[in-house]
Amino acid sequence: MSATVVDDLPDTRPSVWQAVWKFCRRQPLGTFGLVLVIIIAIAGATAELIAPYNPTANDFAAMTEAPSWEHWLGTDQFGRDMLSRIVFGARTALIVGLTSAAVGGFAGLVVGVSSAYFGGMIDLIIQRLSDIVMAFPLIIMALAVVSIFGPGVHNVIIAITIPLIPRCSRVVRASALTVRSMPYIDAARACGFGATRIILRHMAPNVVAPFLIMVTSFVGQAILAEASLSYLGLGVQEPVPAWGLMLQGGAEEYASTAPWIAIFPGLAIMLAVLGINLFGDALRDALDPKLRER
Amino acid sequence: MYQYIAKRVLLTIPTLLGAAALVFILMRLIPGDICLVRLGGGGGSFDPKALVACHAEIGVDRPYIVQFVEFIWGLMRFDFGTSMWSGKPVSTEILARLPISLEIALLGTAVAIGIAIPLGTISALKQNTWIDVVVRIFAIGGIATPSFWLGIMSVLMVLDLSAWMTGTPWMPPIDYVPIWKDPIRNLSMAILPAITVGYRYAAVSMRMTRSAMLEVMREDYIRTARAKGLINKLIVNRHALKNALLPVVTLLGIEFAFLIGGLVVTEQVFNLNGVGRLFVLAVQNQDYTLTQALVMLTVVIFVFTNLVVDLLYGWLDPRIHFA
Repeated sequence: MSATVVDDLPDTRPSVWQAVWKFCRRQPLGTFGLVLVIIIAIAGATAELIAPYNPTANDFAAMTEAPSWEHWLGTDQFGRDMLSRIVFGARTALIVGLTSAAVGGFAGLVVGVSSAYFGGMIDLIIQRLSDIVMAFPLIIMALAVVSIFGPGVHNVIIAITIPLIPRCSRVVRASALTVRSMPYIDAARACGFGATRIILRHMAPNVVAPFLIMVTSFVGQAILAEASLSYLGLGVQEPVPAWGLMLQGGAEEYASTAPWIAIFPGLAIMLAVLGINLFGDALRDALDPKLRER
Repeated sequence: MYQYIAKRVLLTIPTLLGAAALVFILMRLIPGDICLVRLGGGGGSFDPKALVACHAEIGVDRPYIVQFVEFIWGLMRFDFGTSMWSGKPVSTEILARLPISLEIALLGTAVAIGIAIPLGTISALKQNTWIDVVVRIFAIGGIATPSFWLGIMSVLMVLDLSAWMTGTPWMPPIDYVPIWKDPIRNLSMAILPAITVGYRYAAVSMRMTRSAMLEVMREDYIRTARAKGLINKLIVNRHALKNALLPVVTLLGIEFAFLIGGLVVTEQVFNLNGVGRLFVLAVQNQDYTLTQALVMLTVVIFVFTNLVVDLLYGWLDPRIHFA
């Protein structure tokens, strides 16, 4: 009988599509950001299919060619097709951005929630360690780490991930301190659950809103940090196509005679980070009831 | 108040010591040997005795703990040792390049404040209008634009514009001349890098100003001021802005310290011989003493700005008392 009554109740929860539509209607700038992110993600994922040329193939007969029907965004000083390099560069940017943000964010989540949960001496030590790491500007910390491990995509990811951990843990800890004082955490403790279970199953999911916003901004920061490291010659190495690397050397040398070499990779970085930030801002507004009307 | 300052200064000691330990360990973890680079360019043949002599000369043959204690003792006496690469005192190397970086950082901050506070306030006051949308896009563009790309683009623009206007392309000078000796030459060197680092700085501060102003403009005392019949200009300037500036000042302080990080890339773009460029060179050359001193300089600036920002709170918000 009761089952029938439950079945008769109308389902008032909006479907995923309804939620997406509501988001798009209320957050036009965020939707624009999401569209940019989707385009870049598709470009990165299907680079082999959509790139018109091999991104690493030199063509010395077509060096520094201006944008044309053959090469939509022109060619660089080695005759490599700029569009193909930018499309493949999207993959590098996304791999570095997403991996650094996900790993740094998750590690920061665990450290931040643990710090709030245990409190006392553990909290004090974790916070002081965070202070130390956070006193280093991201690029300086990344430079030091990349010098230890050497350049290359994997090492760049490590170099960018490490400084992101304390930044995330600080924000997460602040939210987790509020969650810790909730009765359901006492209830979980009373049920005899272990610290790991309480931290991962009961506390972490309840600090997801600030965490998600933080991680979204991390993706943008990681893409910018990777580009900066590659530009300094300490990040991704040739011949891997990466946006920052494309701006190193040739871009400055040929800036006045072949400006497209400098313009398009920078535009790609800007649009990717712009898209991620616009989406992140809209996500924050959508998740925070206080900001919804702003 | 003085007790609070003393307590805060004491609290910075563990952070500074920790940072010193971290940079000391990081530098020793970097593979390679500065003496090998000095003697044979990394790959050539060299006399093993010369290598031993070189290690003894720069002091890396001693136990790590001795090196660390010496490093800390030197820091306490403001003696940073000599550069392992050039052989000159580290303080001389840094002081020679500090004016240029400091000038760009301060000019960048001026650019940021000059853009952020008026635009952030207008954006909040004209919320959800086209002005707000334009300012928000301008702000978010600043966060998304890589500073080195903005640098390249600004140089390109200046080159093209000067060539179009005068027939000969003009490049900003790269060598530092103090502002009191030749203000025009000095500013023409520093203004583009300052705008490049200042744009991002302005963007972050602009967003914070907007958000803080939106919050403050909904407060009861603003409603009271309106009910009293005060004109909008007075409400914004005297009541809203002063209260909204509190989080903006915090952010300006934190971002100033990170500006030093931003200089690393910007100085590379503009070919300027500043502290940021010196840092990249020091890391690449594995110059332990120089890198350690530069990192500690950054950390001290970070810790010191945080302290100044905290103390500024009391001045900006009389409700805050330091105990």
